[in-house]
Amino acid sequence: MAWTWFHRLASPPHVYALATRLTPWFAWPAAALIVAGLYAGLVLAPPDYQQGDGFRIIYVHAPSAWMSLMVYVTMASAAAVGLIWRMKVAHAVAASCAPIGASFTVAALVTGSLWGRPMWGTYWEWDPRLTSELILLFLYLGYMALRSAIDEVQRADRASALLAVVGVVNVPIIHYSVLWWNSLHQAPSVMKLAKPEMPAAMLLPLLMMLAGFTLYFGALLLVRLRGEILRRERSASWIREALTE
Amino acid sequence: MNEFLHMGGYARFVWPSYALTLAIVVLNIIWARRSLARARADARRRLLRADAHP
Amino acid sequence: MSTSALQAARLILARDLRLALRKRGQVVQPLAFFAIVTTLFPLAISPELARLREIASGVLWVAALLASLLALEFLFRDDAHDGTLEQYALSGQSLTWLIFAKTSAHWLLTGLPLAVMAPLAGLSLGVPYAAVPGIIIPIALGTLVLSLIGAIGAALTLGVRRSGVLLTLLTLPLAMPVLIFGAQATDLAIRGATFAAPLYLLSAMAVLGVTLAPLAASAAVRISLE
Repeated sequence: MAWTWFHRLASPPHVYALATRLTPWFAWPAAALIVAGLYAGLVLAPPDYQQGDGFRIIYVHAPSAWMSLMVYVTMASAAAVGLIWRMKVAHAVAASCAPIGASFTVAALVTGSLWGRPMWGTYWEWDPRLTSELILLFLYLGYMALRSAIDEVQRADRASALLAVVGVVNVPIIHYSVLWWNSLHQAPSVMKLAKPEMPAAMLLPLLMMLAGFTLYFGALLLVRLRGEILRRERSASWIREALTE
Repeated sequence: MNEFLHMGGYARFVWPSYALTLAIVVLNIIWARRSLARARADARRRLLRADAHP
Repeated sequence: MSTSALQAARLILARDLRLALRKRGQVVQPLAFFAIVTTLFPLAISPELARLREIASGVLWVAALLASLLALEFLFRDDAHDGTLEQYALSGQSLTWLIFAKTSAHWLLTGLPLAVMAPLAGLSLGVPYAAVPGIIIPIALGTLVLSLIGAIGAALTLGVRRSGVLLTLLTLPLAMPVLIFGAQATDLAIRGATFAAPLYLLSAMAVLGVTLAPLAASAAVRISLE
């Protein structure tokens, strides 16, 4: 019983139809959560006693950073599935993730930099956190560069999938190295917003934004996925029907 | 309203951050839809070619 | 009589070394590159040894990294070109071992000589004599890891035209932890402190690399040969 569900996910026409149907179920709640979260974060939440209104950057910075990491993990997982089970659909998912992840890594870096200027006094620090996020951006760019360098879709899929999986090994290494690198270089006064310490009025908008962005990623992924599936289905008969809708 | 825009003096950091993030959100939507449209057009073209040369 | 994987690997290692030493010019290029790049910094920044000592570790490591990357392009190129690589893949021998042999050859020809040359460059940058082991050992380990990681990138970009820059773009993000800890080790040595901690981490990376990287690289070669 459970197997049928999994096997159907390997079928491109089934996934295509599913993606088409599911997109509004992700898109509209995402929009609602983001709009509500923006209002709650910008208007309702009280100013921070230390950072004043400057802390409100968190409502765009944290979701961006979250996106940059979550999307990479999704991409690498899909890549692994595609490599192991040779599923075209999985490779299509991985391909759909990369541009989204890369652009939100840029967003995380820039918003983080703008937040750092008034709080730390500088637009950039070779803080391990910032550096590892920058490396993440390079990983995304390398992935996209490799994809575009190989003409044949199947080979591009498998080569970039291997790269994504190898890159994931790097991520915990980088985050772990934060401890050692920190001991040699003085750590800047990193602002830590430990979740339990945050008052509800500030925390709630953050959670809404995080949830909203996650659903938004789902919607984007489903839209891109349809295109990537079409690209990998040369002349299958189901496409004819799919294109007339 | 002015106080809101002023953001306690942090306006020049807060508003560009929001503007950039929202721009990237919108850009991704446009990008994704365009990518799908292009894929559909390519698929359509391929089908036409296949029909013309069976 | 069939050859064991280890025997095959030894044969490939010997072959690669022999072939490379016939083209001595190509072997010397990365070393010359390293020498030139390390000379650029005193010219560009300041001839004051005190100032150079501050940045010596970084200069040595970045130059060694880039020089190793230069030589990576040629790791599979010739063999892929004349079909030897395909023969390796079809031979029924463990491709992982064969790639490990090729990667070792690459390191013996590039990384190890760099590790030996680096103290000379270091001394010219004002590094004290006592720091020399802190240069040789970390760079030897670091370039080994780089050869191993680079082999994956080289395998993925087989057949891509003008793959040099792409190879660098793919390998450097994966090599950054090596750079971070390696440069830290050398810097500690230059300051006269013990560099055991980052050295252990480098060794751990080397162990991880030796065991896992050839596997990934052989998977990458099979993907590229499809």
